Amino acid sequence: MGVEICVEGLTKSFGHQVIWQDVSLTLPAGEISVMLGPSGTGKSVFLKTLVGLLKPDRGSIAIAGKDITRLREHDLYEVRKLFGVLFQDGALFGSMDLYDNIAFPLREHTRKSESEIKRIVLEKMDLVGLIGAEGKLPGEISGGMRKRAGLARALVLDPEIILFDEPDSGLDPVRVAYLNQLIVDLNAQIDATFLIVTHDIASARQVPDNIGLLFRRELVMFGPREDLLTSEEPVVRQFLNGRMQGPIGMAEEKDAAQVKQELAELHAGNHRGPKGGKGAGGGKIPRLLPSPGITRPPRWEEIAEQEEKMQRLRKLRAAVGPDGGVTGA
Amino acid sequence: MSLSPTAGLKHSGSLFSLALDVLRTLPRRPFQLREFIQQSWFIASVTILPTALVSIPFGAVIALQIGSLTRQLGAQSFSGAASVLAVLREASPIVTALLIAGAGGSAICADLGARKIREEIDAMEVLGIDPIHRLVVPRVLGSMAVAVLLNGLVSVVGVAGGYFFNVVMQNGTPGAYLASFTTLAQLPDLYWAELKALLFGAIAAIVASYKGLNAKGGPKGVGDAVNQSVVITFMLLFVTNFVMTAVYFQLVPQRG
Repeated sequence: MGVEICVEGLTKSFGHQVIWQDVSLTLPAGEISVMLGPSGTGKSVFLKTLVGLLKPDRGSIAIAGKDITRLREHDLYEVRKLFGVLFQDGALFGSMDLYDNIAFPLREHTRKSESEIKRIVLEKMDLVGLIGAEGKLPGEISGGMRKRAGLARALVLDPEIILFDEPDSGLDPVRVAYLNQLIVDLNAQIDATFLIVTHDIASARQVPDNIGLLFRRELVMFGPREDLLTSEEPVVRQFLNGRMQGPIGMAEEKDAAQVKQELAELHAGNHRGPKGGKGAGGGKIPRLLPSPGITRPPRWEEIAEQEEKMQRLRKLRAAVGPDGGVTGA
Repeated sequence: MSLSPTAGLKHSGSLFSLALDVLRTLPRRPFQLREFIQQSWFIASVTILPTALVSIPFGAVIALQIGSLTRQLGAQSFSGAASVLAVLREASPIVTALLIAGAGGSAICADLGARKIREEIDAMEVLGIDPIHRLVVPRVLGSMAVAVLLNGLVSVVGVAGGYFFNVVMQNGTPGAYLASFTTLAQLPDLYWAELKALLFGAIAAIVASYKGLNAKGGPKGVGDAVNQSVVITFMLLFVTNFVMTAVYFQLVPQRG
């Protein structure tokens, strides 16, 4: 079973520049959460703070009953064994080949025999589709392969919490789809707590149980997927729809008068400018479910049931026209 | 970068705290033997040849200077004594310091700095492995071991170079040169020089590791870190050398 992460009043600044303040949220045990936000809102900083690589100015992070902001170095290393982290570029050790990279945590932390290590490493490499690339050095492979190798290394110690730093950046759409399916399958299989930091909205709309949005040094919203997808909050709507109209501008913020005017335009149904980059769009879309071959734990059975209900409802709505009359009759 | 008066103090403080961390982590098991051997070999391989090549002219210059001086004073029989004394006491620790900082330290700093900006160090910490225990301690020990050995190498090559120039180039007397070896120099000179080298190795590796682990700002940041690490190490080593020489004269009674 995964571990709950409880963040309370977290504030971080570099010098005089506040990155975000007063962030409070709870990542429920065993669920998938996505943290969204425009570029440069400190999503990666948030992730690094969660694993204790950066110290927050204020606030607490409770993991398995321990406040990691107040732990001594030695205890922090113990808590970190609960984590698997996929860094943006994979963060593989450049001097080791892929096999040694993935075997590294096992060799450092366990007393497993080499043959057992080999079995586990090959299993994880198979999982991310890297069989045959064991002997390659990180410098010799593509960014996508590095990312997948980084994921295999993050999984090798059977972590309770898995953090993904932009798993989709630098990957093609097909690989993103495979990766999303892999994330959902993993969640059904190992029951860990997942946090994905990204600005790929297509993934954010299909994959998680919960979504959070960081903007303008604050956590604008954090809650169940449905709540955010149907939210009326201007920032959330703008981001999920990938529109130019709204509070988010090219340089982070726009001035208040312009935002007011644009929101009024939107309200009047006047949409303009390009939209829908990175899989953005309005409304709800079906949730991604674990692959058929995977035995679903009770949590996923429930989700699948609900999705099925929604599907039926949607079909019914499609058959019944928007004004209540039967179409096509 | 902010230029506040406390920034300098902060850096010195962090540098010392890293040094203390290294001391504290030193006895922790398991000892990283493989990394230690690899690093020692690596540092040795980048320093041995330049050290030998630097120490030959160094010994030669001392021999030339002393040779002409002793000839003017009519004390040629003492040229061997003076030359050995200079090489053993001062030249070899200085040459060792230059090479350990310039070749060994810069290599360590570049290696760790590149790992830092590729997030390898972060990844290692997240995997629950202390980079100080895994990476820094073996490098510091390796650098200390190599520095001690280098000091011996410089002494031998320097004295041999001095002998060659004095005897072959300046027509000195081989017997007098060799016989006067122990008139001024004594064994504690060698011990103290080795102790200096040991400390130089530690300082060079700790400064290089500190700068490497705190590199930021992409590839340029690594370059800056290496540059600063070499400059800082040079300054620290020369000051340390001066202090240790002064202490030595107070502690050990001199000959002659």
